[in-house]
Amino acid sequence: MKIQIRDALRKAAVFANRGKIPYILSLALLALGFILVYLSPRSIPAFLVFAAAAALPYFLEIRKPVKLALAVLVAVVLVPILGARNIFYLEVIFQIAVFSALALGLNIVVGFSGLLNFGYMAFYAVGAYLWAFFGSSQPFLLKAIPGTVPPGTPFFMAADWFYLFIFLGIILAAVVGLVLGLPVLRVRGDYLAIITLGFGEIVRQLANNLDKPINLTNGPQGISPIQRPTLGPETVKFFNNIFEPLVGRPVTVNQFYNILFYLIALVVVVAAVVITYRLDDSKVGRAWTAIREDELAASAMGIPANKLKLGAFAVGASFAGAMGVLFAASRTFVSPESFSFLQSVSVLTMVILGGIGSIQGVIIGASVVIILNLQVLQSFSLFLSRLRQSDAYIPIINFYWRDLSNQLDPSKYQRLVFGIILILMMIYRPAGILPAARRKRELKAHVSEDGGTLAMNGNGGAASGTKEDDHA
Amino acid sequence: MRRLIKADALREILLPLGRMAIFVLGAGALLSVVMVVLSLLFRGSGADKLLQTTQGVNIFTYTMANLPQVLIDGVTLGFVYAAIALGYTMVYGVLEFINFAHSEIFALGAFAGVEFLIILDQTGVLKTAGGMSPYLYLVLALIVSMAASGGTAVFIERVAYRPLRNAPRLVPLISAIGVSFALQDIIRLTESLTTGQFYRVIPTFGNFDDRIPLFSIPTGGAPIRVDIQVKSLVVIAAAMFMLVGLNYIVNATRIGKAIRSVAQDRNTAAIMGIGVNGIISFTFLLGGSLGGAAGVLYALKFTRIDPFVGFMPGMKAFTAAVLGGIGNLTGALLGGIVLGMLESFAGAYLGTFTMGNFGSEYKDILAFLILIIVIIFRPSGLLGEQVSQKA
Amino acid sequence: MPDSANILVAENVVKRFGGLVAVNKMNFNIEKGRLYSIIGPNGAGKTTFFNAISGLYPPEEGAITFDGHRIERLVPEKITALHIARTFQNIRLFGGMTVVENIMVGAFTRLKQNPVQAVLRTKAFKEEEKRVEARAEELMEYVGLRGVGNELAASLPYGAQRRVEIARALASEPKLLLLDEPAAGMNPAESEDAMKLFRRLRDDLGITILLIEHDMKVVMNISERISVMDYGEKIAEGTPKEIASNPRVIEAYLGRGAASAMND
Repeated sequence: MKIQIRDALRKAAVFANRGKIPYILSLALLALGFILVYLSPRSIPAFLVFAAAAALPYFLEIRKPVKLALAVLVAVVLVPILGARNIFYLEVIFQIAVFSALALGLNIVVGFSGLLNFGYMAFYAVGAYLWAFFGSSQPFLLKAIPGTVPPGTPFFMAADWFYLFIFLGIILAAVVGLVLGLPVLRVRGDYLAIITLGFGEIVRQLANNLDKPINLTNGPQGISPIQRPTLGPETVKFFNNIFEPLVGRPVTVNQFYNILFYLIALVVVVAAVVITYRLDDSKVGRAWTAIREDELAASAMGIPANKLKLGAFAVGASFAGAMGVLFAASRTFVSPESFSFLQSVSVLTMVILGGIGSIQGVIIGASVVIILNLQVLQSFSLFLSRLRQSDAYIPIINFYWRDLSNQLDPSKYQRLVFGIILILMMIYRPAGILPAARRKRELKAHVSEDGGTLAMNGNGGAASGTKEDDHA
Repeated sequence: MRRLIKADALREILLPLGRMAIFVLGAGALLSVVMVVLSLLFRGSGADKLLQTTQGVNIFTYTMANLPQVLIDGVTLGFVYAAIALGYTMVYGVLEFINFAHSEIFALGAFAGVEFLIILDQTGVLKTAGGMSPYLYLVLALIVSMAASGGTAVFIERVAYRPLRNAPRLVPLISAIGVSFALQDIIRLTESLTTGQFYRVIPTFGNFDDRIPLFSIPTGGAPIRVDIQVKSLVVIAAAMFMLVGLNYIVNATRIGKAIRSVAQDRNTAAIMGIGVNGIISFTFLLGGSLGGAAGVLYALKFTRIDPFVGFMPGMKAFTAAVLGGIGNLTGALLGGIVLGMLESFAGAYLGTFTMGNFGSEYKDILAFLILIIVIIFRPSGLLGEQVSQKA
Repeated sequence: MPDSANILVAENVVKRFGGLVAVNKMNFNIEKGRLYSIIGPNGAGKTTFFNAISGLYPPEEGAITFDGHRIERLVPEKITALHIARTFQNIRLFGGMTVVENIMVGAFTRLKQNPVQAVLRTKAFKEEEKRVEARAEELMEYVGLRGVGNELAASLPYGAQRRVEIARALASEPKLLLLDEPAAGMNPAESEDAMKLFRRLRDDLGITILLIEHDMKVVMNISERISVMDYGEKIAEGTPKEIASNPRVIEAYLGRGAASAMND
């Protein structure tokens, strides 16, 4: 049975990759998905068709420029249009983007260099509080009793500093990453995991408690309002001229903000993917993997393991720092709750579900977890609450749905879902949905006719330009 | 020969009791001296003046007056932490694995015991219970919780850890995090399905809330009375009993010997004909039931429990285990008492000494800081030998 | 034997583990371009001596001079940078990486690229990557492996893994190569091949080789000088012929019931 399915799948894959078929297939499915979501923006099946269509080209044999063009079409044109029709999708996709960047950052630490980090959200918090502090009125309220901002308090700096603060967030988070990474120099695997958990909790508790003696964080209430970058009326008008005919109605300023933040998140994710991919495919990435595989052998090969581990912490943290700044601006509100251990574990779940060390894997992991969280669980909750309001009942046991406890709200049971995912993945598929594959290099089959010269010249090596000839 | 064994057994009972006394007195005395010195140093400081205006006492009197109560609370808390810490330390000793889900085993025990007492309460027997019978009911609740937690711990090991026993070190740790999260929600789900609330309050019964006056300190004004709550005594006594019992099992019985040999070298133990899987299950049973009982004691002391109640005590107990030297039973005891005392001191004095700028809410941060500092600078803990660097 | 010809000089090297003295007052020299061996019963301290040279477990006492540099206090990466490379007794490849990647890791200290160049994919970076990849493949073929560049290292048979380990060490452009039981577990044909390879490394590439080996056929065949260690100390040194007839050496082996090793 299983073999039959696998066989059928293989045949389908062969068919789908023949000639022009992959191009037609992905375009057709994309068009179908777009139309479905366009017409019924609230239907989940329609959204899933669109999501599948967006992901499909990646798995088919399509020329790279076409793939890129399709990706740009989906990300920059189709999603904003659909998002303007149903802002909820934009939220889903925005969160996918945010968490993809976080998962990519954590993947560098956990996946590439094999260091477990349970306090990853601390870096996100650093970025978020950085802009939350400077992008709000908080600097004027250092002596104030924690609470809501008194009316008439001006903002500390102009809103458009936001763009600069994305970079400052990257730098600050990287610095904090270096500091928090220092224990890796002394501590081995499982203890490091616990230490990072401790750091993460300390950062959250500090955010909670640093409303005195100086009110830096405004305590558990969090900081609000936080500024968003400016979107002038002219800009809104200009874009509405384009969007209104496409969307079918005028788009509000808030919706444009959603699109703007989505696009910024997209830029950060693309940057994160490029940086991750390129680092992985360089001396640094090879060294990270070598350390993960066998640290002793790696240092015998001349790899300064400690330096590289710290580097992994810093690079991983920097992604989170950028996204933290973005998060603070997009929510206009930041509070300690967003940076709990649960959040750190949810990012870890994304990495593990998708495939430790696999760039495509962790993005898929982030998408699956977010869609599960925001759509599947929540619509299941909605479904149950509708049942509760109805007169329906389960016949044989005569159970009326309205008697169902309203604590039974699937969207509240993320921990259960994450927990089960983690256990099952560890037992049955520790490499994840889309396991990391080593890059296949295009190696030449044979050496050149003259027996192959060893290019060992340069660097004063012992073996400068020696020919070897008794090589069969 | 028989007399020899008996003498040995007696030794294994008296020795841990002696250690407990030393640890409690030592930690208590040390911290008290530190506080007294600090209070003398702080005379005339802003904190001192603030106290004199608001409460009419100077900082030295204030410190001294609170000291006995702080010590008693510290000991109580310390024994609870020690009982939880043993679960971490035993599993680590045998498998070199941090059983992250132990904090939820603790929470589960708390719920099992409290639910049992609630059911008893509904039948009405608790309200009318007098004399020694409340103690009997508490013992029953402890037994129920130990069975529930011990059984769950064994089940979890079988399902979520055993398949991963030969996997890289971090794999079972991730699985344990998963178990921990899943258990929190499973507890929440079961509890909220029946009543719509996911927290529970332990019924009041017996004389546990009574206070036994110990002595009073004459001051200029009204004398300060020092008393101890009955339930604190019960917590201390029950925890001591369990710790001694565990020590006895591990050090003076056949199965204890098997546990120790598996901890030394699993493969050799297997060759010697020891059923390693059975021993590991038994270790989880012991650690789990201790954790469960600690849950009931915790509920008795703090009355309200929720499904996430395990996280902080669990982290602190783990800190205690590391502080004492993970894998070392005596170390867990020492670590638990030291940490309980520190927390009690921090909770009582931090706010006063910093004029409210850094209040008792920093006691959790303090626990994490201790954890980090110990792991970084002395990973073998206070009593441990050098932890092996098995990768 | 003028001292300047020695590429490595170890003087009074001591390494202890707790109360155990694993290497005791070890004195050792090797001349440039030679192939020497260290033999001795199990637990004699041979690998510990290697670990001391390569910096993995630095010695407590003594001095090690390599090519004019004192190295006994240096961290492993500095020592590799000075052109010392090694293999391990129980093969330690990066099993989850491909063969070519393993060899490329060996070239770590010789690459000039930095992470910024890697992210920007500068021309210099691309050229260097191309060069190191080509070189890794050449080294792979040099040690006698073909067409396995994209295989995972862990999936190769034992003998091939030994070769990859040597290629990885060569990628770091060593002047001194420390080989820890490179012929262990090989059949006679394979160890014959291995010997040919070691000679080529010395004769063609001019690499000085220091070998720990139990296979006496290999040792006696290719070593120019042999040092014998027992209980952490050097008990004899000489040409293969001298060693074969040295009564202390025979006693060290026979005393441990390892006579067969001599007749191998």
